[in-house]
Amino acid sequence: MPQTLYDKIWNNHLVGTRSDGLSVLYIDRHLLHEVTSPQAFEGLKNNRRSIWRLDANLATPDHAIPTVGRSLGLDGIDDPIAKEQVITLQENCADFKVNLIDLLDERQGIVHVIGPEQGATLPGTTIVCGDSHTSTHGAFGALAHGIGTSEVEHVLATQCLVQEKSGNMRIHCFGSLSHGLAPKDVILAIIAQIGTAGATGYTVEYTGQAIEEMSMEGRMTVCNMSIEAGARAGLVSPDIVTYAYLEDRPMAPKGDMWDQALSSWEKLRTDEDAHFDKEVDIDVEALSPQVSWGTNPELVSAVDSAIPNPDSFETEAQRETGWRALQYMDLEPDRPIETIPIDRVFIGSCTNARIEDMRAAARVVQGRRVSSALKGAYVVPGSGLVKLHAESEGLDTIFKEAGFEWRDPGCSMCLAMNNDRLYPGERCASTSNRNFEGRQGHLGRTHLMSPQSAAASAITGYITDVRGIL
Amino acid sequence: MSSNQASFKTHKGSVIPLDLANVDTDQIIPKQFLKSIKKTGFGDNLFDAWRYEDEGEIGKPVSSRIPRKDFVLNDDRYTNGSILLARRNFACGSSREHAVWALLQYGIRAVIAPSFADIFFNNCFNNGLLPISLSEEEVESLFELATGDKPLQLEVNLVTKTISVPGGQTWTFEVDEKRQYQLIHGLDEIGLTLELADKIKQFEERHLQQNPWL
Ligand code: SF4
Repeated sequence: MPQTLYDKIWNNHLVGTRSDGLSVLYIDRHLLHEVTSPQAFEGLKNNRRSIWRLDANLATPDHAIPTVGRSLGLDGIDDPIAKEQVITLQENCADFKVNLIDLLDERQGIVHVIGPEQGATLPGTTIVCGDSHTSTHGAFGALAHGIGTSEVEHVLATQCLVQEKSGNMRIHCFGSLSHGLAPKDVILAIIAQIGTAGATGYTVEYTGQAIEEMSMEGRMTVCNMSIEAGARAGLVSPDIVTYAYLEDRPMAPKGDMWDQALSSWEKLRTDEDAHFDKEVDIDVEALSPQVSWGTNPELVSAVDSAIPNPDSFETEAQRETGWRALQYMDLEPDRPIETIPIDRVFIGSCTNARIEDMRAAARVVQGRRVSSALKGAYVVPGSGLVKLHAESEGLDTIFKEAGFEWRDPGCSMCLAMNNDRLYPGERCASTSNRNFEGRQGHLGRTHLMSPQSAAASAITGYITDVRGIL
Repeated sequence: MSSNQASFKTHKGSVIPLDLANVDTDQIIPKQFLKSIKKTGFGDNLFDAWRYEDEGEIGKPVSSRIPRKDFVLNDDRYTNGSILLARRNFACGSSREHAVWALLQYGIRAVIAPSFADIFFNNCFNNGLLPISLSEEEVESLFELATGDKPLQLEVNLVTKTISVPGGQTWTFEVDEKRQYQLIHGLDEIGLTLELADKIKQFEERHLQQNPWL
């Protein structure tokens, strides 16, 4: 029977069935961070269990750490509770001998940035992490699931995840992206089209010219936000772009092993005639930059359009959600998106903090100044290595000269667990992935967009169509 | 088989009608409470930003908080509720299991909604919280019953897969048989998988032989 890429990876990792009938899936890579792991390690300790396979695990602190004063290490963390969390991760990794990329390591960064960067993320593997954006790693043709803390403990103890197979869904992206458009615009448009539960119960494979033409960074941006459409995982078939990215990465295979891996990865393709339970097409050729105006990631419009009237939405629930969102966002229907002023700009997060994102934003910013109306504009590279790379290209200077703050790597204002946050009522142009109420700070208002769009908005102080600036 | 995990068979309680779709886990338990390295102490901060006027912090005593009168948890009718009723796509977003812990520690034993986000759904079963999917229409009729002057009392029975108003209407719900079994017996998840330890070892050996770069 013809198989999808998801079917193949699933079958390659299916260990068997438990006595209660649930499937057991072998896990190749497990990424850990300070926020969702402490209770899992505690569970292991309480039950005197050990870690099944040490070298499958890789840990780093990223969620709650500050993005200034990194060279001070632990002393740079003012918040005693966040500090305890980082120390707990250090202690747990030491006790269990888990490979930790620690605070002062130049490779430290957001888990979903460093996994690929280190070559820990490989095609055909299964990857889990106690974080919903683990879907990012699907860009490499890896089956990557976000899991809860009980499952983190379960994977540590058994190297397996208990799962039921999800459905197969394909999202086909026709056409090529035009100038000023970014992979972020593609995924925002997809979520706007299918909704926040449009892929619930499915593993989504992204196909089509637009995906093939994307860099790995771009594919990661798309797969990253699969979870915002409810998907169990996102996938892109590996190809020469994937291999070129991975070759020579520290944890990627070398020499003969590389060749052997390559010939195995070549088979990671959906068979012709394989069946998809759900298919969606999207034409990206005529796409405008996308911006969210509400409080969930399906409330998105083209930057050159106006906020829709929720009364025009299909169901009563959607109308209610729309009106509630407008109230929270302090916006009104029919208002042109480009007339919305912003208070802060955040370029960062596991969605858009890789080198290509830094470059794309820097190109817009170069030779310009951040609007004096802004209260703050942050660029937060996704990892220490992204930061160094960007600095070697002089991007930090471009940002700093324009009036941006060039910060240390971490999740930062994506979820505002540290001091990088919005204050009540503030409005942010953000390259992150969630615009939920209060996500970026208590009563803060988030507009999701691409790095290019966020950079353009920083310059004008309003949400801006980057195509008019480039 | 050890059964050290929370179980669920039947539960009687009153309904808290939270009339919102796409309730995300950031609302269920906001990020500042995720700094805790413990599994307990989240109940007071369930729906923190909707529940209180002031911004919550870890350790801020409840007595000093200013409740938002218009939020359902602060409505006198629902203060003793233990069954949460919500609209579609409940608990989307972040994978934080703290959301399940917060609900349980507040006293919620079951959540009824037309649909749930996947990760939350799995997290529920690992903690003894029962997520129940009913159709949009059934959920609508429950909302009508639950928003009257008196709280709606319900009996949830996982064995018979029914929800009923004592002496009144009954609804049936679907739940995966394996999940049902798991929850009724409160089985130790890790222990169950480790029954297959030999099989996992054999699989691993073969898998690493075939993919030596892993
Ligand atoms: S950057 Fe944001 S979405 Fe990504 S892992 Fe960190 S907190 Fe989660």
